[in-house]
Amino acid sequence: MRNDDGLCLSGYCLGIESSADDFGVGIATFKGEILANKSSGYIPNEGGIHPREAARHHAEVADKVLNEALQEAGIKPVDLSCIAFSQGPGLGPSLRTGATVARALASYLDLPLIGVNHSVAHIEIGKLQTGLCDPVTLYVSGGNTLVTAFEAGRYRVFGETLDIALGNCLDVFAREAGLKHKKGLPFGAAVEQLALNGKKLISLPYVVKGMDLSLSGLLTAATTQLQRGCRLEDLCYSLQEHAFSMVTEVTERALAHTEKKEVLLTGGVAANKRLQSMLNIIAEEHDATFNVVPLQFAADNGAMIAWTGVLAFKHRLFVPINESYVKLRWRVDKVEVPWIQ
Amino acid sequence: MDTIDKLDRIVLLKKGAEASLFLTQWHGRKAIMKVRFPKNYRPKSLDERIRVYRAIHEPQLMHEAKVAGVSTPLIYLVDVPHSTIIMEYVEGEQIKQLLKVAGKFERNELCFRIGVSIARLHKQGLVHGDLTTSNMILSLDGKVFFVDFGLGEKGSELEAQGVDLHLLKRALQSTHFQFWEESFQSVISGYKSVLGLELTENVYEKIKEIERRGRYVEERKQ
Repeated sequence: MRNDDGLCLSGYCLGIESSADDFGVGIATFKGEILANKSSGYIPNEGGIHPREAARHHAEVADKVLNEALQEAGIKPVDLSCIAFSQGPGLGPSLRTGATVARALASYLDLPLIGVNHSVAHIEIGKLQTGLCDPVTLYVSGGNTLVTAFEAGRYRVFGETLDIALGNCLDVFAREAGLKHKKGLPFGAAVEQLALNGKKLISLPYVVKGMDLSLSGLLTAATTQLQRGCRLEDLCYSLQEHAFSMVTEVTERALAHTEKKEVLLTGGVAANKRLQSMLNIIAEEHDATFNVVPLQFAADNGAMIAWTGVLAFKHRLFVPINESYVKLRWRVDKVEVPWIQ
Repeated sequence: MDTIDKLDRIVLLKKGAEASLFLTQWHGRKAIMKVRFPKNYRPKSLDERIRVYRAIHEPQLMHEAKVAGVSTPLIYLVDVPHSTIIMEYVEGEQIKQLLKVAGKFERNELCFRIGVSIARLHKQGLVHGDLTTSNMILSLDGKVFFVDFGLGEKGSELEAQGVDLHLLKRALQSTHFQFWEESFQSVISGYKSVLGLELTENVYEKIKEIERRGRYVEERKQ
């Protein structure tokens, strides 16, 4: 169905997410319903994400995840209106695998292709699911730690990590402590569980520089304490308290600075209950509403790409296939978001 | 010893993220009372460590800034147990507001003077730690005042100086994005007028290095 401007009022967007260790496919309607959100995660035997191995995993599971998503949504490929894919930022080999699948689909089905910024997608799915309109967003995951809010056409970055991401900090610490990454129990969740039994707060570096923060010193100090034989539960607790206090302080600064009335927590680390409670406290202090993205949309997922694809479709932000190369370092503040007035 | 109990009239001026600012009287003078209230989102011991550290360091750094030739409010009282500072109220206008309405010439001249002040701090072995245009005031008698040294540090490391300027650049990008490049270049010119070409080039290179270290930056090397 088309209205006078020639824009579709009803339709489906299929989104492909593959920026890191997860390959996800989501399907969203133009009205903002998520019909499917399927994914498959690559779990390394040891160490962190090996980009080539992650890409190999994505290529192997792509058709299976695609079929599952279409089945769950109960639609056929010919019903789709557009194909969206995560164009960056992220790991090159992983992104390229998802992009290849997206290009093939768009080309075969003769549909417009939409390159979505991964960070924008995390914010948009958070807004869609929580009903927040104009939040200060804390986006924390394995690859990102930033505080952003909409200002004059873009999501501006008010604070971010100067070195490693929060999720990365927790993951590396967990690996150093010999914890194992299991299906359904990411490293962050393992640290969170252990932290519940932490009793003693061990003093660690607390580094806030203006609106930015640094986590690498904290990780090094926590790892050193671990080697010295500190109790693991106490260290998990202390690491969380220090790191979360830092991101919360920075978020509160952005909230005071922008004077916005909403706080959104999104990204993989958003699942952490302790972080949620800290942000809830600062939101209350500033008479702001706090909300957190639902668990199934917290970590990387295809639904967020599909929904952002819908928003971009309405503004005809299509990318020709021969220009659809992936952007490994595509910052959130480089993206125009015309769908916000 | 004077205590904060003596204050009769107190009006909340601004509830910031890190501290609240109250307008009050201090022995007949208009004064600012800066209170760092406990933050109950973080554990008590960590919270106290942060608040006491900042309440002690801020006045020390403000004093040293004056020695360096940078205007900062006079300190009237420091009450460490309450992590409260009472200081001079500077009559004037926030640079953040001024930059928005100023003409191009006036704007660049102001930014040049900001650069001069930052260079003087760095020359003295101080970093401000939170250089934003909300933390600068142009007083009625035309002086650029720096306030809020709560995140400042002593040190002459190129790294800290680079981060200091990087933060100002980021603040200009987010708040004054229409003309941030021009403004930042004026800041650098002012900085250069105090510290000379060589030191300025060193710190400028450092800023670029700090930015490359960040996440998802175009110029970043693998």
